[in-house]
Amino acid sequence: MNGRSCLTANEWICGEYLRTRSQELTDATLQHVWIAALSVVIALLVAFPLALFARRRERWRGPVLGLTTILYTVPSLAMFALLMPLLGVSASVVVTGLVLYSLTLLVRNILAGLESVPEEAREAARGMGYGPLRLLFGVELPLALPALMAGVRIAAVSAISLTTVGALVDYGGLGNLVLGGLDSYFKAQVLTASVLCVLLAVAADLLLLGVQGLLTPWARTGARARRRWPVRLWRAAPGPAAKAG
Amino acid sequence: MDAVVQAWTWLTTAANWAGPGGAWQRLAEHVQLSLVCLVLTCLIALPAALWLGHTGRGGALAVNVSNAGRAVPTLAVLVLLMLTPLGRQGELPTVVALVLFALPPLLTNACVGISEADPAVVEAARGMGMSGAQLLWRVELPLGFALIMAGIRSAAVQLVATATLTGPVGGGGLGRIITAGFNTYDTPKVVAGAVLVAALALLVEASLAAAQWLCDPLRRRPRQPARANPAGTRGGAVPAEAA
Repeated sequence: MNGRSCLTANEWICGEYLRTRSQELTDATLQHVWIAALSVVIALLVAFPLALFARRRERWRGPVLGLTTILYTVPSLAMFALLMPLLGVSASVVVTGLVLYSLTLLVRNILAGLESVPEEAREAARGMGYGPLRLLFGVELPLALPALMAGVRIAAVSAISLTTVGALVDYGGLGNLVLGGLDSYFKAQVLTASVLCVLLAVAADLLLLGVQGLLTPWARTGARARRRWPVRLWRAAPGPAAKAG
Repeated sequence: MDAVVQAWTWLTTAANWAGPGGAWQRLAEHVQLSLVCLVLTCLIALPAALWLGHTGRGGALAVNVSNAGRAVPTLAVLVLLMLTPLGRQGELPTVVALVLFALPPLLTNACVGISEADPAVVEAARGMGMSGAQLLWRVELPLGFALIMAGIRSAAVQLVATATLTGPVGGGGLGRIITAGFNTYDTPKVVAGAVLVAALALLVEASLAAAQWLCDPLRRRPRQPARANPAGTRGGAVPAEAA
């Protein structure tokens, strides 16, 4: 470090920042990861029974899907602000908000996945003497996994991106550093935290893709699947709008 | 429940709405910013999507743009742009950030809407001697209308949501009411601001859904019963498509 350090020069990319503030960065990243991960896990635990319920009761299907869609439309800053008086200034505000957003994606995808199970597969399982529980967890759930995992991936990536808005209540993980860097005009901090946030999202997406591969080994083998894979990527249709705000 | 009552009192107090920095001004700022950005987004995304969809080379691009948009946090981009030289240009960094995040949903939906027109119908139209422009205008556009409108709708909702985030970054709009309330520990103000933002977003969503229904060229045709579309798979549309 001879001459002016990049910290005093307020440069965008600064090795010294990484070295001197690594503890702060690690803490923020950890907070970011646990808030996003916890919310997706809770959302999955809530969405699964909700989707089963909506599938069984045809009448409730519209209201369940409609309500989650309305929740999804509420901007994140407003969602956190509305939850704040209920839950106080705490991490649960952010987690609850993210759970509500993830629910929309997950309920929709689980429902679609279960509906895509061929009736023949169900018939065959029943014929083999499968009870309702074994049918659900042994046949329907594995066949619904690709759709379910697509939902989990979108939910996780969105949750990581939206956690930054939690900086409003000081539980935004890397978002705290981003917003704090605006006040102090600290370029290196803003850029580093933003890049880390994107890297987290990409890493989560790849990790979940790997998990999906492990959970659905049959999709990887067979010439048909291999031929279809790039095509499916190509034609993968628009997911729900990026929930970025 | 106390917070709700107090927020209601805040909302029904005329003094909170009037004057500079009042709710009317914030609402007008919010709507104006979102509207300008929506027009810009449509001007950029629609021609690009029509061309990419029509020529059939947009698929991979549209999906990748949409996925990338999801991974990048809006707040971070807003703050980053504020710190660049662009940040001294008044509203410009905000407009850039807003348009950037409204482009993916519109681009993706419109592109897929055009390119997924039934190949048999497209083939028949070609067989009837339609030119490329006629094909686009009279076949692919009407068939893709629902998805294009869904794209405009999610872009608009996205814009309203992103415009809220200019509050914490020092801009105007309804988000400013929320952050101002936070900074002064004024919970009723925070809740009132949040209610206004949520109401605006839902209103935009509902009115565009109504507009889509009214303008749909295929409205009088018998429809397939609505099914839940999976997100991120083929045929998945925006969540606003709920039954």
